[in-house]
Amino acid sequence: MRKLLTRRSLITGAALGAGGLLSGCDALSRSPAFQNILGSAEDANFLVQRALGDRMELASEYTIADLSPKFRANGTRDPGTPDYTASAAQGFADWQLRLTGLFAKPQIFSLAALQSMPQRTQITRHDCVEGWSAIGQWTGVPLKLLLDLAQLQDKAKFLVFHCADRLGGRPYYESIDLLDAFHPQTIMAHRLNGEAVPVENGAPLRLRVERQLGYKHAKYVTGIEAVATLDNIGSGKGGYWEDVANYEWYAGI
Amino acid sequence: MGQMQNRSKNRAVRHRLTTRLWHWLNALCLLVLIMSGLTIFNAHPRLYWGEYGANDDYAWAAVGSSQTIGYVRVGETKIDTTGFIGNWQDSEGKVQTWAFPGWATIPSYYSLAEGRRWHFFFAWIFSVGLAFFMIRSLFNRHVQKDLHITRTEWRPSHIWRDVKNHARLRFHDDGAVSVYNILQKLSYIGVIFVLLPLMIFSGLAMSPAMDANWPLLTDVFGGRQSARSIHFIGMFLLVLFFIVHMMALVLAGPLKQTWAMITGGKREGGSNA
Repeated sequence: MRKLLTRRSLITGAALGAGGLLSGCDALSRSPAFQNILGSAEDANFLVQRALGDRMELASEYTIADLSPKFRANGTRDPGTPDYTASAAQGFADWQLRLTGLFAKPQIFSLAALQSMPQRTQITRHDCVEGWSAIGQWTGVPLKLLLDLAQLQDKAKFLVFHCADRLGGRPYYESIDLLDAFHPQTIMAHRLNGEAVPVENGAPLRLRVERQLGYKHAKYVTGIEAVATLDNIGSGKGGYWEDVANYEWYAGI
Repeated sequence: MGQMQNRSKNRAVRHRLTTRLWHWLNALCLLVLIMSGLTIFNAHPRLYWGEYGANDDYAWAAVGSSQTIGYVRVGETKIDTTGFIGNWQDSEGKVQTWAFPGWATIPSYYSLAEGRRWHFFFAWIFSVGLAFFMIRSLFNRHVQKDLHITRTEWRPSHIWRDVKNHARLRFHDDGAVSVYNILQKLSYIGVIFVLLPLMIFSGLAMSPAMDANWPLLTDVFGGRQSARSIHFIGMFLLVLFFIVHMMALVLAGPLKQTWAMITGGKREGGSNA
């Protein structure tokens, strides 16, 4: 009797599994509850990937000989707003980066001020969530130096990067936690391959957060806001693609 | 207790419980991983060698698509795949130009974010299951007893005889279906201990966080884009294994064999195919 039950339940299970898999995947995929179950693997990715290495471990760096002949641009290729176009016309001389939110000493930096600070140059691999990669040489000011000047308040848990471009009518933004914010390779880059960052790659200033996928590397950055929670920014998921298309907030894989 | 000892000494079933549970869990995982992997591939249906590779770089393999044709290019060879890959009709009869068609992907519509969630969730189950099965198979001596290749079996003459037997569709010349022949052993060892771990590691090698944690991993594969290509080729080999596995199943008696993989089957006599 016990054996019979086992067999029967196994076969029923297998049949339901096979049939359900073929016809029910889309329905499951659209269900928020099931999305949460699948999403639990992403929490595991985050925890394990952060636990595996030294938390300040550097992403691989390359040599000039390894550079991609052409560094591919993706997403917005030109913000195209009157303000941006006017600023671009004068070489972004009036560009400002504002540090707001939970800082003891909020700051405003001009592009020239950022360029006169100590710089870091790194040749790294940019990995897109779509699957392609490009290697480029980036020069910029380490984000840590800006944070040291502005002095984060204790309540601050995330940095939100506000951008000059809009996609589908929504402003682009991204966010990272403080571990990545203070990482030595996290820089506000203004040069790519020895030239000013081209418009399509995020002129005049883009974030480089090398241990995550490309969509985290906000382009056309105008502001960095320190916040305790991401709930009140955009739709609350911590980034444009996270809000619009359910991309993962932690993009380490 | 006495019965258990007896069972472990002289196994009555052809497939152990661990083997059966893992087999079906693994079948489900691989199906979901391949189909959700094809969704991810559709985001950028081009494959490269080396560290970098994007649209302006040379792809050794790529899917081409337009409103009128679809094709697969491997090296300089183009294969027209209109109606199947690169240009196909969805269930409403609308022409779609994603690389792989909706019936082969999870979800059936294009969503990179959802494809990735399916992929990583089942990747965890698959990886933990594989690790458990490997360790268990060493401890219960499944590997040593059933998959170990003896010196006689390694002899070219023996392998050649088995190849000839397979070509004649004779898989068990002595009629003992419980004993794996050399080609079976080689393919099971190859898949379980080489190909499946290769899929896990080539997948991890694509992760920018893992690149920082374990830089050697990406180097071993010759770069992130090489790892992506190897991940895709590995998937292709798994599909081939599945096809051969199904052909062998059909030739050996599909109902009896599937039943044995569900219930365990009998080890000696009775279940010879």
